[in-house]
Amino acid sequence: MAEKTHHEIARDGLWTNNVALVQVLGLCPLLAVSSTVVNGLALGLATLLTLVLSNAVVSMIRNYVTPEIRISVFVMIIAAIVTVIELAMNAYFHELYLILGIFIPLIVTNCSILGRAEAFASKHAVVPAALDGLYMGLGFTAVLVALGALREVLGKGTLFSQAQLMFGDNAQWLTITLVEDYRGFLLAILPPGAFICLGLLIALKNVIDSRRKTKPAPAAHPAAAESAA
Amino acid sequence: MKLRTPISPHIHIRTTVTTVMLRVVAALIPGIVVYAWLFGAGVVINILFAIAVALTCEALMLKARGRPLRPFMSDGSAVVTAVLLAVALPPLSPWWLTLIGIAFAIVVAKHLFGGLGHNPFNPAMVAYVMLLISFPREMVLWAPPTALAEPPLDLMETLRAIFLGHYPGALSIDALSMATPLDQVKTQLGLEQSVAQTLAASPAFGILAGRGWEWINLAFLAGGVWLLRKRIIGWQIPVAMLGALAAMATIFYVIDPEHYASPLFHLLSGAAILGAFFIATDPVTAATTPRGRLIFGAGIGILTYVIRTWGGYPDGVAFAVLLMNMAAPTIDYYTQPRVYGRK
Repeated sequence: MAEKTHHEIARDGLWTNNVALVQVLGLCPLLAVSSTVVNGLALGLATLLTLVLSNAVVSMIRNYVTPEIRISVFVMIIAAIVTVIELAMNAYFHELYLILGIFIPLIVTNCSILGRAEAFASKHAVVPAALDGLYMGLGFTAVLVALGALREVLGKGTLFSQAQLMFGDNAQWLTITLVEDYRGFLLAILPPGAFICLGLLIALKNVIDSRRKTKPAPAAHPAAAESAA
Repeated sequence: MKLRTPISPHIHIRTTVTTVMLRVVAALIPGIVVYAWLFGAGVVINILFAIAVALTCEALMLKARGRPLRPFMSDGSAVVTAVLLAVALPPLSPWWLTLIGIAFAIVVAKHLFGGLGHNPFNPAMVAYVMLLISFPREMVLWAPPTALAEPPLDLMETLRAIFLGHYPGALSIDALSMATPLDQVKTQLGLEQSVAQTLAASPAFGILAGRGWEWINLAFLAGGVWLLRKRIIGWQIPVAMLGALAAMATIFYVIDPEHYASPLFHLLSGAAILGAFFIATDPVTAATTPRGRLIFGAGIGILTYVIRTWGGYPDGVAFAVLLMNMAAPTIDYYTQPRVYGRK
């Protein structure tokens, strides 16, 4: 397989092959945790870290593991990494850890991670594999944050609520109340709202793609893809 | 000589989507008149506001989707959705509740699925369930029938209540509202009162079911029967739905009349009649084969009774309709009529 350039890896992960918007993988944590920006960001970063580390390790061992047992080896590697991250979060972001609950250990079963290990890391050198993990994770985190923002604004009328859980007590000023005395729109917080909002985000991406396709060549400059993602 | 023989069918019925929709609206009018008579002008204001919002959303969505405005705007389907949802909302519900509901019905439930004829779920019921789940407090604030309210709101007071949230005097919406009959029976059963005690103790109950509600439902029944006579709707769904609801209610009423309300009360309370004739019969989202319609209607009737009696909500027509909408393609698949000459 031809080696991909850094540029192609970045564009794949952030936009054209985005984990959440195009592959539609890892929906369970995506839908369950994205009720606020802070929750989404936290889970996104944890997933990002897991992706980078697991891709790098899988790439390192790719020539020493026989194909018959590769999946179970990948799963054990991912599980070990997630356990480390889970314990670290428990120690340093305890309240956030309590909120995210079962979804931190469940990163192990996030199909995007095993998917990247199988589809990319097991066939590429360490550096491209780690980069792929980084950009796939960034793309996933971006969608989690966007979805979290959409649901938080619609559902509670705030942005960055409980920012102190992640950035310490000094970050409370980050919380923005957009609408004073908002009654709350429960649907956006509930799981059906997550499905509807994710559907809207995917639709938005498709609209942007089809607009760019119909426009002449300059608009298809890859820089636009990265800034849009 | 050249004989021009057109292919069959040779007899056409000049029924367009517009005629069907207008007749459905016309059939709703008796019920709406009685409803407005008993509950005040808020009903009519809500309906007019809902129609305006529905037409605006419809036009915006048609424009966004690049569809021609004229044929779709004049087909009347948005108006029917608006009227059905507005009738299902409490008479003094604030304007933004209607706005959000109608916008959700037209934009999400109808146009995101491809517009009229492509929506798998009844838009009015999708919006109703969405509002019920999102705004549980606003959705249960039913004003009492004007006969029970002291003093009833006049037109200006109603307008102020709906659009500004101002209520006359020092009253709040909580003081102006009361539980619906279905709600009351459910709450009192929870307090270990028998159905008969509840019915006798509260002024909210009339001769057949809830005071006022019984007449509204009878008026909707009259409109529905007119639709049947005009062959706008088939008999299978309403008969199967009301029959199944009555059968379930009869069984449990005969076993234990202390804890289960009578079949007549179930038929004439809540949205049973409205749902049977106007909502479940939606040609887009209902089952289409004759046998399938019987199963579809009976399913709604049974589910409505189950949700009313053992569920968390006082009425279950909207949930039942959506659940059976989901089952409609499967029902159609298994109830295809036999083609003549084949097994």
